[in-house]
Amino acid sequence: MSAGVDLQNVSCDFGSFRAVDKANVSIKPGEFFSFLGPSGCGKTTILRMVSGFIDPSEGQIKIGGQDMNGIRPNKRPTALIFQNLALFPLMPVWENISFGLEVRGASREARRAKAEELLKLVDLHDSADKAISQLSGGQKQRVAIARALAVEPSVMLLDEPLSALDLKLRQHMRAELRAIQKRTKVTFIYITHDQGEALAMSDRVAVMSQGKVQQISTPQDIYNAPVNGFVASFVGENNIFKGKVKSIDGGKCSFETDAGTFTATLGPSVDANTIARIYVRPEYSRLQAAPAEGGNSIPVTVTDISFEGNFIHVHAADKTGRHVTVETRNDGSVTLPAIGSAQYLCFDAASARVLADQGMKDPGIDE
Amino acid sequence: MKELLRRYGHTLTWIFVALTAFWLLVLVILPQLYLLEESFRLYLPLADIGGPKDVYTLANYRSAFEQPTEWKFWLPFAWKPIILPFEAPIRMQVFVHTLLYSTVTTVITLILCYPVAFYLAKVANPRNVPLLFVGLLVPMWVSEILRAFAWFIILAFKGPLNMALVNMGIIESPIRWITGFNSVTFGLIYVYLLFMLLPIYNAIQSLDTNQMEAAKDLGASSWRTHWRVIIPHSKPGIASGCVMVFMLAAGSILVPTLLASTQSRWFTEIIQQAMFESQDWNTGSAYAFMLLVTCTVFVIGMMRVFRVKLSDIAR
Repeated sequence: MSAGVDLQNVSCDFGSFRAVDKANVSIKPGEFFSFLGPSGCGKTTILRMVSGFIDPSEGQIKIGGQDMNGIRPNKRPTALIFQNLALFPLMPVWENISFGLEVRGASREARRAKAEELLKLVDLHDSADKAISQLSGGQKQRVAIARALAVEPSVMLLDEPLSALDLKLRQHMRAELRAIQKRTKVTFIYITHDQGEALAMSDRVAVMSQGKVQQISTPQDIYNAPVNGFVASFVGENNIFKGKVKSIDGGKCSFETDAGTFTATLGPSVDANTIARIYVRPEYSRLQAAPAEGGNSIPVTVTDISFEGNFIHVHAADKTGRHVTVETRNDGSVTLPAIGSAQYLCFDAASARVLADQGMKDPGIDE
Repeated sequence: MKELLRRYGHTLTWIFVALTAFWLLVLVILPQLYLLEESFRLYLPLADIGGPKDVYTLANYRSAFEQPTEWKFWLPFAWKPIILPFEAPIRMQVFVHTLLYSTVTTVITLILCYPVAFYLAKVANPRNVPLLFVGLLVPMWVSEILRAFAWFIILAFKGPLNMALVNMGIIESPIRWITGFNSVTFGLIYVYLLFMLLPIYNAIQSLDTNQMEAAKDLGASSWRTHWRVIIPHSKPGIASGCVMVFMLAAGSILVPTLLASTQSRWFTEIIQQAMFESQDWNTGSAYAFMLLVTCTVFVIGMMRVFRVKLSDIAR
């Protein structure tokens, strides 16, 4: 049923503006695949090219191995869930869901039966005859999913469908979407700017910036092993130090910054003497009263402590005023330093990555 | 009312309310009531007014159903009338023709305007839309009488249209365009086109483009997208356009006067004749009310058939 999607050197130009630049993505059948990026990175353009509303300026899109060039949206094996859902307000729920079947000439009974069946699948019983305006946000969401599933698409395309929901419902719908995807085994292509959504739901994630695909990998790899500065800073928080690679020793390097020289893991496409940055996740950073022996330590002063419930963020500043954050779990294992106290920010070489500025619009982000 | 008072204060609110009331009462309701009362009285010499002969009667209304004659019935788009096998009151013949060709005008205007409105609302580059609208509006800056007269000249037997067609060899001899109801229908469509276009444009424009794309994405053809999504959404606009064009066409006097022939008379011409040529306001009012009531009933009936509510149109 489900089909893979291949983007081969796909570009899309709007006048002189290149929205998507030579994207090469291979999505496997039955995969939950997310495009993650800030607004204007080209992810929605990719979605619209796959669904057929925009033609690529260059390159090829294949769905299930078949070239989609010249095939209109109504003839493609895809179903799109719009950001605002775009349900038909003048049709009752069941007609909305069975619209795709009506188009294919199914009988009224068959359509009704299919609608009831799908309503059960999305956990919306007894709503077939309701008007769209009678439904809550989450229910509308489910109807939109059911309407897309009704045409038995090989590929489901979702354009930030959860962005209009409140936090609780959003988290619930994440799990729901994931479960529906597992049950139906349809390939899901999910567009989002919310890293939490992308990481929590996807089998693989493509991080995009400025029309280019920066990294395609599993959520774990995207977070733990970002390939460049953009991916590292877009997905998750970091303590960042700008500097220069002095010497390379296997996978490790010695990195010189104005805060001192550190040992760190060398990321891809960084050579000796190139200007780059060190990225350390706050949860891999710790604060100690004494410098770590033979490790990476920076003297800092604690400026603020913010209590988040399950986590505690300790904010500190080094002598140049650079802001750093340390995240600790609220499990009673760590004694929090006093605000204003002098501490050392320490991190291991394994958890510090040296990455190039690639992919960033404005490389001058805070250091 | 409270809202108005809060917003504009006492003086302005009073002026607003008084002006609206003046317009409604003095300019709309009172004259209509006067004519309604007149329509039930006989057209009498001055000396008899208020005398024993001055009674309320339905005679004026009845007169519309008198004088049966042979009915030359004009089918839409026909160049010759067909003679119906029965006689009908002469004014009723005109009345039926008027309603029929107002309907024809409305339907053709709708067929012409819907694609244009759709193009303007959803297809055209938004940057060009103001320019396109100027193009549509400029002819409307010329008065209705001039526009109708322009077509009278264009369609004349020895007019430019016939000349061009003959000279290009498309037709052999000039066509008498201004016969039957073709030229009137044509003129009415031209004159009232925008009253159809604008409400439909507004309605289609308010449709979320994603809904059209959603229908397409689910496999719908363009036709079905129009039929199931765009037309249902724009139904209030279509309805108000149709009501306006129908009412304007049925009540039009200038276009039929200029573009109708002696064989194709419009009911308004009969009203005008009674009022101004015979100076018989009583009969004229009676005919005017017949037209008004029939048209209103007809429109309400059509709205029922197409399941449009009055509140949809006012939206």
